Amino acid sequence: MDTGFIIEKFILVAVIFGISLVIAMYSTYAERKVAAYLQDRLGPDRAGPFGILQPLADGLKMFMKEEIIPTTSSKWLFIAGPGLALLCACIGTAVIPWGSPMLIGDKIVPLQVSDINVGVLYIFGVVSLGVYGVMIGGWASNNKYSLLSAIRAASQNISYEIAMGLSIIALLLMTNTLSLKEIVDQQHGWHWNVLYQPLGFLIFMVCSFAETNRAPFDLPECETELIGGYHTEYSSMKLGFYLFAEYINMFVSSAVMATLYFGGYNYPGMDYMATLLGPTWAPLFGTAILFAKIFFFIFFFMWVRWTIPRFRYDQLMNLGWKGLIPLAIANIIITGVVIAIIEKF
Amino acid sequence: MSTQVFYFVATLSIIFSLMVIFAKNPIHSVLYLILTFFTFTVHYVLLNAQFLAVVNFIVYMGAIMVLFLFVLMLLNLNNETEPSKSPLIKIIGVIAGCCLVVTLVGSFKAASINSPLILKNQGLGLVENLGKELFGPFLLPFELSSLLLLAAMVGAVLLSKRDEVEA
Repeated sequence: MDTGFIIEKFILVAVIFGISLVIAMYSTYAERKVAAYLQDRLGPDRAGPFGILQPLADGLKMFMKEEIIPTTSSKWLFIAGPGLALLCACIGTAVIPWGSPMLIGDKIVPLQVSDINVGVLYIFGVVSLGVYGVMIGGWASNNKYSLLSAIRAASQNISYEIAMGLSIIALLLMTNTLSLKEIVDQQHGWHWNVLYQPLGFLIFMVCSFAETNRAPFDLPECETELIGGYHTEYSSMKLGFYLFAEYINMFVSSAVMATLYFGGYNYPGMDYMATLLGPTWAPLFGTAILFAKIFFFIFFFMWVRWTIPRFRYDQLMNLGWKGLIPLAIANIIITGVVIAIIEKF
Repeated sequence: MSTQVFYFVATLSIIFSLMVIFAKNPIHSVLYLILTFFTFTVHYVLLNAQFLAVVNFIVYMGAIMVLFLFVLMLLNLNNETEPSKSPLIKIIGVIAGCCLVVTLVGSFKAASINSPLILKNQGLGLVENLGKELFGPFLLPFELSSLLLLAAMVGAVLLSKRDEVEA
């Protein structure tokens, strides 16, 4: 392990971390603007032109607020909860290929922190770990509404993880690999997985809404029933961490959807652009395309939030267990049969 | 390098598993157990068994322990509600523990430590090789164990169904 390698990875991690935070920051702004647009309002427009400085003002407000730790809470876990939520949200970006290898100077640098050969499962593991931040925070608050919310989050995540895993299995039957890099490379030239796995993508997307606790599945934050949900007792930057984690989760799951099903950094006419721009700038263009796809999915998350009302809890469970899981299993069987038939002839 | 990492992580495993037993609060116990499982994941990575590592991560840390935590949070066990154990049960526990220690020491003595197990195929823990092993030579045991799991699942569903009818 030479120092050049470590420096290269360190810079890449720092850049990705910075970008995730900035995107999470401006997602809060975008959310309010999209909500305003859908409801025929103006949205935030005071701080800076078009309210563009609003996230900075919000961040400053979060930092300056008084920090309250309830006396009856269990203090260490109360602090650990939001930290864990943010940590789990951030580490998911490590295996996503952000672009094809890029030529810097005379060195070819892969735009991916780590191409482990179980990348898909790693993402899945990080997602399943994400619920601990909510559970620990909700329990440590020593508030019955927070506890109820934590329990809701746990059962919701467990239920939808199953359907999510099953929808990924159908995809893996086709790709024959667990490495995200290889999955993206296979989709080169319009072989986007969504064209072969439309049902799998639909199931995966619905499950990502549930895993990120976004409307219409934001039952853990259902304010009409649970005050504020698991972060009722939180104030100041700890609350900020929870809100930030939600937006980073949204960013990461958008990136995963774009990578697994929408070709990642592939785009039509990629080979032509590669000859036109050269090996240094063409990968960056691909990265920009990937981010355009991610932004579309983030917009889609917001679009759905301000269009569809929240589910009732029994409806959520019914959809997960009686709707998505059987559908995902049927999808696996159909995919398997079709692959067997194609290989036969 | 990897030997030092092993000793560091192994120490952590032992410390965390002791904390599981010594923690007063059952929720804290479960959280320490999660940390213990995390150190196991690191052990698997050190053994180059990446698939096992990530499966341990998903299944044990991500699913089973969430359910443990879930149940404990629902039960809301406090120090006051913990049932006091009679001396007889404590004595039985001590005797059972001693028996376990004797068995463990005996089996370690019997095992030949001088001839460590060396993997013939270093990449056995990778997904591809593991899958070929499971679906090749070990197909029958693999399918049988999956049947067993299916039976357990059907049983669990049946139990919860019957409650509903009676109520």
